[in-house]
Formats: sequence, C-alpha cells, structure tokens
Amino acid sequence: MSLFNKITDYDTVKSVFFDGMTLLFGGFGGVGTPPGLIDCLIDSGVKNVNLIGNDAGFPWIGMGKFICMERAQTLLASHIGSNPVAGDLMNQGKLKVEFSPQGILVERIRAGGVGLDGFLTEIGKGTKLAYDKPLVKIGNKEFLYEAPITGDVSIVYAKKADTFGNLLFDKTARNTNPYVAMASKITVVEADEIVPMGSLDPEEIIVPGIYVKHIVQSKGYNWKWKWEMTDNA
Amino acid sequence: MGDDRQRIAQRAAREVKDGMIVNLGIGIPSLVPDFLDPSIQVFFQAENGILGMGPTPASQADGNLSNAAGLPVTIVPGASYFDSALAFGMIRRGCIDVSILGALQVSVRGDLANWIVPGKRVPGVGGAMELAYGAKNLIALMTHCEKDGRPKILQQCSLPITAFHCVKKIITERAVFSIQDKEMILDEITPEFTMRDIQNYTEADFTISPHLQPTTS
Repeated sequence: MSLFNKITDYDTVKSVFFDGMTLLFGGFGGVGTPPGLIDCLIDSGVKNVNLIGNDAGFPWIGMGKFICMERAQTLLASHIGSNPVAGDLMNQGKLKVEFSPQGILVERIRAGGVGLDGFLTEIGKGTKLAYDKPLVKIGNKEFLYEAPITGDVSIVYAKKADTFGNLLFDKTARNTNPYVAMASKITVVEADEIVPMGSLDPEEIIVPGIYVKHIVQSKGYNWKWKWEMTDNA
Repeated sequence: MGDDRQRIAQRAAREVKDGMIVNLGIGIPSLVPDFLDPSIQVFFQAENGILGMGPTPASQADGNLSNAAGLPVTIVPGASYFDSALAFGMIRRGCIDVSILGALQVSVRGDLANWIVPGKRVPGVGGAMELAYGAKNLIALMTHCEKDGRPKILQQCSLPITAFHCVKKIITERAVFSIQDKEMILDEITPEFTMRDIQNYTEADFTISPHLQPTTS
C-alpha cells in the first residue's frame, strides 16, 4: 500500500475499527451506505461505538444492522423512524440518541472536514434540539453555535475510485458521503469499481483522493430494499 | 382514513402552480403528485439529492435512485444530482417555492410539531426544521383530529416543536386554514362538514374568512 495505491482487503480494514471509536458513515436510508464495510464492522467485534450519520437505516439495511446488535452507545442522526429497533433501544436507555436537523448535521460534518470551527444558524433555536448548544448574539439576533464534527474513522460508498482514492458517486447514493469522506482521521472507501490513476476525468471527481486512506472492492448491496420485499415480508 | 388522506392530498395539489420548485415530505404529501394538473410543469426537489425528480419507474428500479423516503424514483429532463449539504443549502437559501409537510400538531401562530411523540413514536426531525425555515411557503397536511377525536389544531402545541411561526396553510379533510400575522383564518370547509364540526374539533381560535367557500377538488 502506498499513497498511490490504497487498495486493501476487508481483513486489514477490521483492524482500523476499535471499541469506543467515533464512526462517521455515509448513506441516506441505507442508500450509499457501504454494505461490505458494514459487515466488516460487524465482523470486527467492536462495541461501544459512537455513530454519526444521517439516519439509523432499516433493521436489515445499512447501519441499522449494526445498531440492532446493541454495539453502538451513541447515535447522532437526523432521524431513526425507518428503524423501530433504534427507537426501542433509545426508549430503553440502551442507545443514547441525539437528533440534529439533517442539513445542519451534514454541514457540521463538512465544517469538520474542511477545517472550520463551526458556524451559526437560527435553525433549531428554541426547540428541544438546541440541547445545550451555545447561543451567540450578534447585533439584535441570536444564533445557535453548531460545532464541527470529526471522527476517528469514516466509511464511505463510492461508485468509482482510482487507486489514489479520487471518488465518484452514483445518483442519490452520493448524499452525505463526500463530507463523511473528509471528516475523520481514517477514511475507508468501498467502491463498486476501482480504476487506475489517470482513468477518471479530473473535471468529474467529487472527492479528491487526499482524504482517503483505504479502498476496498465492493460486491454491491447485500440487502433487499423495502420496496423489493413482498407485503408480508 | 385512506380516503381522507387522498382527499387532503388532492386539495393540496391545487397549491402547486406552474413553474414552482416543490419539496414534499413523507406521508400524505407524497400522494400529492397523483393529483397534479397535468398541464403544469414543476420541479420536485428531494433532499437526498435530486432536483427534477420524476415518478416511480415503470420497471427496472435502481437502488441508487430513490426519494427521501427510500422509494425508487426517476428523473425528468434537466434534473441534477447533488450531495446533502447542497440539498439543504438550496432549502435554507429560500430556493423552494412550496414545501408540503405532514404534521402532528399546528398551533394558532403556525408553530409546527411533527418530529416526535415522546416515549412513543421517535421518527426524528429529518429535514423538516430547515424546510420550515427556508421554504417560501409551508403547507401542513394532516387529518383534522386524533383517532380519539382530540384536536390537532391547537392554541399551543403539546408536542415538541419542529419550528415556530412557519406554517402558512393547514389542509385537513374537513377544512383549509391560512395563518397570517400569527392569526388563523378558516378559508374553506369540506361540503359534508358543518361549521360546528370545525368549531368543535379545532382548539385554536380562528376567524372566519369573509370569502369562506366549500373545498372543491
């Protein structure tokens, strides 16, 4: 493995995960969540993980699979409605859930990924989601201060990666992935297709490879989407 | 109940005009496209990264092309894909002409509650706070009452607030209200309901529009 060839295997990636880590994950309802890396996370045996991502997936889809194993201690997400198990764990006190407005959450991850110290917004002011976020008064207006988010490890799903880690995404599977890719100490990318450097059009690259540490080959989604299931499934 | 949802969506579709950028929430709002006037052209924005979302694919759904509820969709000519930060950037910036959201409760001042029933349902806030903040027009859709008859249009929401003073219009199976300057006005009544049906099942104080009319579909 070198700066210009970051391809590795899932066994190697397992050693990247550790108990108590903060893990950022890409995806929106499981779309764009890396299926192979979710299984790798499960196989690694880690626990007490602090998860940050858009949502809790479905019980059998995306990060939902890991959440249902009760090996996450906290989850920062915008919603968990598609995963009733996450709601049950929250109500039983087994999973500490913090909700964030969806766009604010990704912007906090972006702030972490681009080296900013946070930002101000009126969104969420006066609601329960303000938690203990500091109020900042500028002129006559009050804003919530939103802190940047960084993680120990990020897992990302890309359509294409070159061996340096330049990334392209697929349709709505892009969602939070570009910023999740930028915001952790170690970013692991699962890609549907891995190509040599020079074969991607530089104009098309969404995430430059500088942020990427490891690349693994994907075998594609290994779960059924809700709409693929019969009514009684 | 199913009929009520259809009826609410059908009335809401009339709020969507030619040339608008529209964001639809999950639940009843997702039924609105079925009732749109086919002669108008609009662009649907989906906060998971599409401007120019089209209908459900006739065949060959793509797992990587879905709406914010996770259901397969298509795109229309001129559509674009983008990441979540940009999706909400355009929402906060005021680029959405009308946002149609499902609601659990709405207050007389237009406060919206739609993200949690503490201890029971924990869906989470999703993108609702930002849509409420940024959309030029926010329409809340809901059935008029709880299943046990308790009103959902209230002086003050009892559920945790999503956003304050944001709802401009409420559409239920019984009535249409508008909210202007923190005052609620009854604009329409569905023909099979009486003024009493509205008054007895609406806790919020409202005035009756001088132009009150029956809701037509």
